[in-house]
Amino acid sequence: MFPGISLFPERASALAADVDHLYYFITGVSAFFALVVTIFVIYFAVKYRTSDPMAVGARIHGSIGLELAWSIVPFLITMVIFVWSANVYFDIYRPPDQTLEIYATGKRWMWKFQHLGGQNEINELHVPMGRPVKITFTSEDVLHSMFFPAFRIKADAIPGRYSSIWFTANRLGQFHLFCAEYCGTRHSGMVGSVFVMEPAAYQAWLTGSVGGGTLTSRGERLFGDLACNTCHVSDGSGRGPSLANKFGSSEQLASGGRVAVDEAYLRESILLPQAKVVAGYQPLMPTFQGLLSEENVMALVEYVKSLRASSEAGSRSEAAATTGTTPQENR
Amino acid sequence: MATTIARRVTYLNNEHTLASWLLTKDHKRIGILYLIVVTTAFFLGGLFATLVRLELATPAGDYVSAETYNKLFTMHGVTMVFFVLIPAVPAILGNFVLPLMLGAKDVAFPKINLLSWYVFVIGFLFTVYAMVTGGVDTGWTFYTPYSSRASNTNVVMTGIGVFITGFSSILTGLNFMVTIHRMRAPGLTWFRLPLFVWALYATSFVQILGTPVIAITVLALAVERGLHFGIFDPALGGDPVLFQHMFWFYSHPAVYIMILPPMGAISEVIATFSRKSIFGYSFVAFSSLAIAIFGFLVWAHHMFVSGISVYSALVFSFLTYAVAIPSAIKVFNWTATLYRGAVWLKAPMMWALSFIGLFLIGGLTGIFTASLGIDVHLHDTYFVVAHFHFIMVGGAIMGYFAGLHYWWPKITGRMYSDIWAKVAAIIVFCGFNLTFGPQFILGYLGMPRRYWAYPPEFQTLNVLSSAGASILAVGYILVGIYMVASLFKGEIAGDNPWHATGLEWTTQSPPLPHNFEVQPVVTEEAYEYVAREVKVG
Repeated sequence: MFPGISLFPERASALAADVDHLYYFITGVSAFFALVVTIFVIYFAVKYRTSDPMAVGARIHGSIGLELAWSIVPFLITMVIFVWSANVYFDIYRPPDQTLEIYATGKRWMWKFQHLGGQNEINELHVPMGRPVKITFTSEDVLHSMFFPAFRIKADAIPGRYSSIWFTANRLGQFHLFCAEYCGTRHSGMVGSVFVMEPAAYQAWLTGSVGGGTLTSRGERLFGDLACNTCHVSDGSGRGPSLANKFGSSEQLASGGRVAVDEAYLRESILLPQAKVVAGYQPLMPTFQGLLSEENVMALVEYVKSLRASSEAGSRSEAAATTGTTPQENR
Repeated sequence: MATTIARRVTYLNNEHTLASWLLTKDHKRIGILYLIVVTTAFFLGGLFATLVRLELATPAGDYVSAETYNKLFTMHGVTMVFFVLIPAVPAILGNFVLPLMLGAKDVAFPKINLLSWYVFVIGFLFTVYAMVTGGVDTGWTFYTPYSSRASNTNVVMTGIGVFITGFSSILTGLNFMVTIHRMRAPGLTWFRLPLFVWALYATSFVQILGTPVIAITVLALAVERGLHFGIFDPALGGDPVLFQHMFWFYSHPAVYIMILPPMGAISEVIATFSRKSIFGYSFVAFSSLAIAIFGFLVWAHHMFVSGISVYSALVFSFLTYAVAIPSAIKVFNWTATLYRGAVWLKAPMMWALSFIGLFLIGGLTGIFTASLGIDVHLHDTYFVVAHFHFIMVGGAIMGYFAGLHYWWPKITGRMYSDIWAKVAAIIVFCGFNLTFGPQFILGYLGMPRRYWAYPPEFQTLNVLSSAGASILAVGYILVGIYMVASLFKGEIAGDNPWHATGLEWTTQSPPLPHNFEVQPVVTEEAYEYVAREVKVG
């Protein structure tokens, strides 16, 4: 009736193995200390046991040497764990340069994924094996947390911010996707699956489920429909700055200081345009807060990203189409 | 001799009216008043936990609805944290024994002491009112913007309850701190203080400095929810992560409000039943202060996946390892105290040794959650649930029971059944491990916390956990039975049934209304078993 017990979750990325190795080490260290203390407690309690309420113990007040030893040795051990853990953490949050990009939105109670090719999925995510995948996501309402136990990664989806996680799946199959941050009534229903596929099968899946144009083309359409293009003219003659080649650069702000043009800054500039105005321009842009869904904001962001120099844009669209590029193993 | 004890005037029999209890300024009676309210809250919180474990026996959400389940775990957390764990040891045992340990007539401000009980009860009543008129479903962490925008339950009313209760905690902390500074008996220098007093002192520091922050946080939440001021909700221009910083700035140090006093009680019990002074007295004393101070610097380790910068995560992880060391020092010193002691395995000692075993696991699993690389996977899973229950229940509640069993003959003048108390300690120890042990595995397997329904592959471990919870419940009920029975049929305890050192054992049991017939004078270190002529009680 009951399924058997496994001690470890399925492991579907190289990073998952790194996390597991660290976990084995800490388990070993902890088990050692737990055993040593337990054995001493039981041994002393039995050996020095008395039922005579008048008996007294030996006159021992302490030992500086022992105190130092059992302060310093555990501290040094925790420092080994600290450094090792920090390394793993940096690997978890630092994606490699070339990744397959996917956008996602969490909302009560579902995950919506948008592929660059325009394919949309709800509570399901299809990814190719062997390629680094980076998911950029936010929440439309309350906090959520995107959790893939098989990859040992998780990050909160925070309304008003972009979060990202990345992984390189190295095993085929279907694995859990959970929402890990409590989000209300159907929190436990905000679950789904990630399907790791052979690159060829993934390619077939992509072509079999094309929606209404790529994410970039949807963004481009929105860019026209919302009349963004009346001010953001590509030759720089408009009332707003040209957006060509802007992504990945850094801009001088009217208020002083500089800002890196990344997804978060693009999102903020669409929804709260007055927050960080580029030097030399008037704060004329209307806000789009409340007028655009997070999915449409992502389409616009992706469109602006596509306006990079042609050579780079070429390689990006090639990457988006998943043709020809060698799967990049980052580790 | 035993027959004459019952006729003596004690704090229990000097007055009998209800008003003499409700208007008492006697720290001992106030301790009893807290005992009654906290025990009620413990029962209530336990009931919620029972229903939670019942629901989780099957993967599908079936016995209760998702809405009800979310309210159950929220109300379990709120009740246990704010109305059991925080007040249990300081407000019950601390109130009762602190002035006795110091050789004082009472705390420094007896009227404020009574006030803090009333404030506590009013806070509790607000919270209970919020529960019976619909409950609250945000989790005890009240994370925004869910709590400020999305939840349609009694968030504000519960928040008011927590807000009010906080003042009780501040007042008690203030009272204890002044009492320890000003009310020590002649000769009772700082380094002759029992370690329980050191622990209460460190706790008072955290209560006074930390609790105002949760009050501000809850107030800000209520203002956003009621008046739509944008503080935490990004749709109103706020920042939800700010709430987490503010919430944990109190709620992490609050963990030390919960665990330091039980640690102090454990030091008393281990010294008494080993017939020895605590190994490394000053290291144990200063480790309490170190924990209280460093405890304020680690709050963001609850936020490693909340979008904080990787560098600040690095700092908070490092500081978290630093705060683990003083706790480890305590465990090693307790263990070393047993060495060449005269170990008398009475019931309080059984509870204390169980505490060491469970606290050890709670502390060591903290190394996993402090580890950046692993916490990303473990955060918000059952591993975390298991870890903090090992600290909160395996540590704080076991320590509370050790202390309660230790001072019970002093409080009531009567003994409970030693055999049944040992049986209960073993049942609780085993039931506890069975309840929360499997949850470590569930967490690493990836089962998120606060799930009403879960994938079927997690069922076996959940069934084990629920089975353990029922054993745990039997253990706690057993404690209730023999403790109540002791009030009516218990053997008369005598003034010092454990032959312990410490001023509280030099007065009669139950103590006089004003504690001591003559002002005690202290001439020796704490726990001087060897030098002392042991008086037979």
